[in-house]
Amino acid sequence: MSTTVTSPDDELQADFDALIEAEQRIEPRDWMPEAYRKTLIRQISQHAHSEIIGMQPEANWITRAPSLKRKAILMAKVQDEAGHGLYLYSAAQTLGIARDTMTEQLIEGRARYSSIFNYPTPTWADMGAIGWLVDGAAICNQVPLCRASYGPYGRAMVRICKEESFHQRQGFEILLELANGTPEQKQMAQDAVNRWYWPSLQMFGPPDDESPNSAQSMAWKIKRFSNDELRQRFVGMLVPQFEALGLECPDKDLRWNEETEQWDMGEIDWDEFFDVLKGHGHCNAQRLQHRRQAHEDGAWVREAAAEYARKQSAQLKAVA
Amino acid sequence: MSAETEPSVTVTDVELDAELTSTGLVASADEAEYALRIGDDSLILAQQLGWWISRAPELEEDLALGNIALDLLGHARNLLHFAGTALGKTEDELAYFRDEHEFRSAWLFEQPNGDFGHTIARGLLTSAFQFELYTQLAESSSPGLAGIAAKSVKEVAYHRDHAVQWTLRLAGGTDESRSRIERALINTWPYLDELFRDDELHERFDAAPRPSALREPVMNVLRQVLAEAELDEPKTSESSGDGRHGHHSTYLGPILAEMQVLARRHPDASW
Repeated sequence: MSTTVTSPDDELQADFDALIEAEQRIEPRDWMPEAYRKTLIRQISQHAHSEIIGMQPEANWITRAPSLKRKAILMAKVQDEAGHGLYLYSAAQTLGIARDTMTEQLIEGRARYSSIFNYPTPTWADMGAIGWLVDGAAICNQVPLCRASYGPYGRAMVRICKEESFHQRQGFEILLELANGTPEQKQMAQDAVNRWYWPSLQMFGPPDDESPNSAQSMAWKIKRFSNDELRQRFVGMLVPQFEALGLECPDKDLRWNEETEQWDMGEIDWDEFFDVLKGHGHCNAQRLQHRRQAHEDGAWVREAAAEYARKQSAQLKAVA
Repeated sequence: MSAETEPSVTVTDVELDAELTSTGLVASADEAEYALRIGDDSLILAQQLGWWISRAPELEEDLALGNIALDLLGHARNLLHFAGTALGKTEDELAYFRDEHEFRSAWLFEQPNGDFGHTIARGLLTSAFQFELYTQLAESSSPGLAGIAAKSVKEVAYHRDHAVQWTLRLAGGTDESRSRIERALINTWPYLDELFRDDELHERFDAAPRPSALREPVMNVLRQVLAEAELDEPKTSESSGDGRHGHHSTYLGPILAEMQVLARRHPDASW
């Protein structure tokens, strides 16, 4: 036995810190501080829930998509989101939480998901605005997560980002078609962009000086850029795309600042953000009810599958 | 804008136009009539299955039912596109601007999703039918129809497997699931017969299998599945529904109303 005063936990912590410092990945069987595990479970499960709840606003238009090509693309996109939810739930499971537990947390209203999905999708143009703005913001957030220090999360994100890029592209294409279409279509596109622009900027989270968890996540190399940095990057990406679309940016105060070489944005309404977060968005109740209903309506099917599997394995054992 | 502020994330150039089976072939009037019948079957079923996405009993089924819907929509697009070459119409004109009596889908495909058991029972019957149909149609003397069938049959084989596996699970699961799948089969069975009726089209058009020739192979498969699931073959009377001549179930109207609403509100728009 060593006579040093270092406790085993200190050694493990030192190994962990060294891995993080060396930009190595933490894998499921590696030791990790409990707070790191908890932060990841919270973040990854929230991300998974967001994918699953995020299916609803778009699923709303699958049956009414105005062309068969658009219907096929939209179905594929919403289906991708179910797939993303599955990879992310699997990544969270590697940290020791069961999928059933996460599902319960969601349908009982104890888990968070991205507030953006509490906005409604009243028109077809919302399919364009969600793809372009919401998936666009998600990509800005998620590309750096491909390098997140936790291996399963980073690897899930690589796959997800590839598909998100297709999602953003299809959203942009929907809006481009509308913006170049009839006057009613162009108005529909502008209205949808007006509704989704500010909420998409809020997706990066509160300003850096009001984001309590960010510093620790950055130290752990889960998060790589601050909320404000990512928001800035996103707006920089949108400006030329607004021009290409021929649509107006709803931020009338947006200006290029020669000195800082950044875009100065208008005021974001954080009261609205926190209001939606607290449950006062348009569709918070509807989103949860939809998920709960699907879960409850499907209970007999899941029970049947479990019972059938049990009988099958009992039969196999009897034969063996 | 300086290089530093250039976004590092850009929209990648992804080709979104899912390629249709564009063979350059122009359909004859009979080929078009036939393609509309089986194309409408798939379109209406895809339209209904799309509802399940975000509502399935588990995420894996959101994916599976979504996949099946997407496959069927792909088959429908190929068939409608082919039919449109004879009629001078696009796939979207055919899907969105025909009225109820102009659709040629059979009643089975129009039956509502119901609970998951009904969706599975309907899927078992439709996929057993489409599998035999496409298997035979792939040998057709019509290159247009044969090409589409040869592509579609591989996917339909998966749809059939999905329906068979779930039929077995529900029949062999709990008492509740067994009674639900039994009831669903009873409710769905009456619409099988329509799929096997020959009519004037088949008198003059021999490039497609006669519906009556599909009865035996389809029923053989279904009876095998029922036997394995230890379910009785439903003893129901056959419905005389006749979708192939535009006489539809009352379910089709609302299905089309929902599907067509936006396209019809903007008849001159492209999307």
